[in-house]
Amino acid sequence: MKKLKYERPLIKKMNAGLMNKFGTRTEFQPVKAIDGVPVTQLISEYGSPLFVLSERQMRKNYRSAARSFKTRYPKVQFAWSYKTNYLNAVCQIFHQEGSWAEVVSGFEYRKALGNGVAGEHIIFNGPDKHRDELILAIENDSLIHIDHFDELYNLIELCDELNKKPRVAIRINMDTGVYPLWDRFGFNYENGQAWNALSKIVGSGRMRLTGLHCHIGTFMLSTNAYAVAAGKLCELAYRCKTLLSTPIQYLDLGGGFPSTNTLKGAYLPGVDTVPSVDDFAEAITTTILNFGFKQDELPLLILESGRVLIDDAGYLLGSVIANKRLSDGRRATVMNFGVNILFTSFWYEHKISPAQDFDQYTEDMVLYGPLCMNIDVVRESINLPLLNPGDHVVVHKVGAYNMTQWMQFISMRPSVVLIDEQQNIHEIRQAEKLEYMEQLEQMPAHLQQYKLA
Amino acid sequence: MKLKKNIATSENGFIFNPSTGDSFSSNGIAAEILGLMKLGRSADDIKQHILNTYDVEPSQLDRDWEDWSMQLKDANLTEL
Repeated sequence: MKKLKYERPLIKKMNAGLMNKFGTRTEFQPVKAIDGVPVTQLISEYGSPLFVLSERQMRKNYRSAARSFKTRYPKVQFAWSYKTNYLNAVCQIFHQEGSWAEVVSGFEYRKALGNGVAGEHIIFNGPDKHRDELILAIENDSLIHIDHFDELYNLIELCDELNKKPRVAIRINMDTGVYPLWDRFGFNYENGQAWNALSKIVGSGRMRLTGLHCHIGTFMLSTNAYAVAAGKLCELAYRCKTLLSTPIQYLDLGGGFPSTNTLKGAYLPGVDTVPSVDDFAEAITTTILNFGFKQDELPLLILESGRVLIDDAGYLLGSVIANKRLSDGRRATVMNFGVNILFTSFWYEHKISPAQDFDQYTEDMVLYGPLCMNIDVVRESINLPLLNPGDHVVVHKVGAYNMTQWMQFISMRPSVVLIDEQQNIHEIRQAEKLEYMEQLEQMPAHLQQYKLA
Repeated sequence: MKLKKNIATSENGFIFNPSTGDSFSSNGIAAEILGLMKLGRSADDIKQHILNTYDVEPSQLDRDWEDWSMQLKDANLTEL
């Protein structure tokens, strides 16, 4: 006689408290495949944990976002935010779609050049641009976005030395009604600092002021803040034209559009609360179009979106190491991935799905990572079916920031694979090995030997 | 490990503790084990029955049995 399917015994206390007024339930659908490729196949070929990226979803996101803006405004340019995910294969997908590169360090700048992006299509942001990097950017005719007065004065000196007139913009911070105010980057609008910087640039005669840039925050949930920002940039552009006789060629509204992840502490899930790219596009383009530019003087609108274009194209596959019960009776499950590779678990309540069939019984549990560190908590409370050691799970929406902010800490970083539009699998970054980790280390001669007593 | 005498259980997995007013739901296998415990069967007996009936390795069952005991204790359903 065939034996019955086993499931570990479980009792669950029934609480007669208030009902969930939103009527939401935890949704359980096993995710057995990503873009048609079975999770078990991916794990058996590339190991667990494993990052999986969907090329189809990335392209879909880009085309959808581009359509949102281009159907509302005649001159739009996206620039891929390298810091969001600078794996070369990822960058190439967005460059193939037409994105320029937006970089915030010399390292990223060189990566963009290596990816074949023409210098004139690289936007160089950030507060830490070294002299040699500025020279490279000037020589390549890149768009240099100045962050502070020291950088501005350094640039003036460099222009004298090189006898070149680089294309520059300034980053502007401002009050858009969203707090805390992001005023650490760029020049302030309200106190006149931004105007001073613009006047100095034009007055120096050594640079070509071509654009105005702002980046008002990250994971912004208010579309109105972008309307306010766009309005202030338009006002400055108008003053540049009328008072400095310098027409502004582009307005760069930066990034900050949210993905549909749920922020920690949020009352409702991200999918229900986050504005769409269409909403942001409407707020920004309506403001610029209504400002009163002449049709042939409309500035180019640049967007530096990253997260919204890639977050939901990334998955992390992982496996259960162990189950245990904590002193207060709560269930705890130890996974083979933790905050070391899933940095965004500090910010989000990531959606996690089992990758195999299960029964209808579920348990509240804490989800720990594998690190021998108390902070390694992936989810403080999550309701999941009964998971056994060796079972696989899929973590959703991990495409942004994890593959750049991941840490080699206690364990090494896993492989990243890309599933292309024909469902072929490509390993775009191999799992790290001990030899790779130790490549840069050097051992002084007097430390090369020892004898244990 | 013995269930408290006054604990009420039903075939479909509902558990009621009249002294505390707590009620619990359980999955199928837990309901079956509780039924056997109420009949006074020993832990070894019950485990053997599970091994005969379900597709599970003895080592896995042993591990889960530990957890099962903890659950019953936390729920205040067993005799001290």
